[in-house]
Amino acid sequence: MSRTTTDLLYLVTIVTFILALRFLSSPKRARQGNLLGAAGMALAIGVTLAQPDLENFVPMLVAMAFGAVVGVVGARSVKMTAMPQMVALFNGVGGGAVALIALVEFHNLAPAGLVAEDAVAILLSALIGSVSFSGSLIAFAKLQELIGGRPIVYQGQQLVNAAVLVVALFLGGAIVAGAESDALVVGLILAALAFGVLFVLPIGGADMPVVISLLNAFTGLAASAAGFLLHNNVLIVAGALVGASGTLLTILMGRAMNRSLTNVLFGAFGAVTTAGSGGAGADGRSVRSTTAEDLAIMLGYARKVVFVPGYGLAVAQAQHDVRALAELLEAKGVSVLYGIHPVAGRMPGHMNVLLAEANVPYDQLKEMDEINPELPQTDVVVILGANDVVNPAARTDPSSPIYGMPIIDVDRAAAVVVVKRSMSPGFAGIDNPLFYDPKTSMLFADAKAALEQVAASLKTL
Amino acid sequence: MHGVNVPLVIELTILVLAIFLGVEVISKVPTMLHTPLMSGTNAIHGIVVVGAILVAGRADADTLTLVVGFVAVALGTANVVGGFVVTDRMLEMFKPRAPRQGE
Repeated sequence: MSRTTTDLLYLVTIVTFILALRFLSSPKRARQGNLLGAAGMALAIGVTLAQPDLENFVPMLVAMAFGAVVGVVGARSVKMTAMPQMVALFNGVGGGAVALIALVEFHNLAPAGLVAEDAVAILLSALIGSVSFSGSLIAFAKLQELIGGRPIVYQGQQLVNAAVLVVALFLGGAIVAGAESDALVVGLILAALAFGVLFVLPIGGADMPVVISLLNAFTGLAASAAGFLLHNNVLIVAGALVGASGTLLTILMGRAMNRSLTNVLFGAFGAVTTAGSGGAGADGRSVRSTTAEDLAIMLGYARKVVFVPGYGLAVAQAQHDVRALAELLEAKGVSVLYGIHPVAGRMPGHMNVLLAEANVPYDQLKEMDEINPELPQTDVVVILGANDVVNPAARTDPSSPIYGMPIIDVDRAAAVVVVKRSMSPGFAGIDNPLFYDPKTSMLFADAKAALEQVAASLKTL
Repeated sequence: MHGVNVPLVIELTILVLAIFLGVEVISKVPTMLHTPLMSGTNAIHGIVVVGAILVAGRADADTLTLVVGFVAVALGTANVVGGFVVTDRMLEMFKPRAPRQGE
């Protein structure tokens, strides 16, 4: 196959990738788009394997078969609640592959002398690929709770991180300056791996979505760098698309939490704010508690109900119960919507996936900006395992650590019911004045058990 | 693969245009689909498997090239296959409301 034919077929792959992303703009065509992207990928792999000067077929196919089996088994067996860590893991292996490509290319090209642009490409692929690999593994470990989700911080942390990065860049500088030893690239990769670990460790579990999204962008950029190294357009373009997507999502997530990227990456949020504004909680304000039976009556006679799910709902595995309850209500003529905050769940849009898995139709899932105008006309809002994303302090209390964060304005509805196991504060440890609002009642129970009871009482109404 | 020297400037142009195109296309994806988007782009960067195949398939490969190259091929394949399968599983679940209901 000639170089021109190869590049033209790679161009076809590029087009399928762009269409795959375009089709993602509507849930109707998204699945087709993904299949199209997969077909494009298969084409690119086939074209590559058909290159005339390619050798070592048998071990190549063995390696591919092994990777494919691991990929399919992992992807088929993962639970939807564990999706973020699975994405982190697949992201990491992609980054690792790029770092290894850089090592092999250096090993083969350096003895003949590297041109400057190849040296820079090797430096970037090895550096970014390795950071993405080890960073993703730490993000995986945190989300999988193999290590604690709390930020790990110590004195002089930023200095240590900076020092490790300087070492990596120094080794990279030596590569660009024309040094030939493989040890340099190995050292660069090791330093970058260490940096990836150190850089993700101090970031709290709640901020992992931002980190995963950022590392996704990193792997994309690393793939682009590898494309420069191998003079391969499909790598350059695919990497750039992913880099742009990851960066954009990172920015959107930051905006949804009203925090800058610097604050997420270096702020060690969960560690410092627990003490902040906690004093207001214990000053004798009273909360009103309710029962599942009362909630059933409230819901049964409402015209419009909005559920606001948080990750607590997913932890309790109660997605199916909320859908079952919603169907009962709809059968009684109650209009039901779901208000979903952009950072609900462990990844942007994660809650939508979890509810979709429970067969909630996607047109009932409303984003924050769509649901907020509906809330003043809503009779009952039921909050299931969400806390900070409905905290009115974000709107009203400039001393609150989350002041300015866009929230779902549940306090504008006629009545609010919070289903929660206890009065303990949320992930960020911030007091929530919503709980003390006179129109709020608390239902202290496990979300799944509570929803089952409410549904049972509703049937007897 | 290094025989043809595609000028660096052309490659940089492609990169920059692709970044702008990426931002344009992705900003149209609704929040609802951000998790499948992340997982889908994750599968797309699995394209590095192409690079891994090219370096592992060199005719003059020594042991280091072979060993490291095949590990890269395996990692890249896992990235591609896992990424697309997981995304498909997610997207399959997004269903519209049953026809009995009107908005």
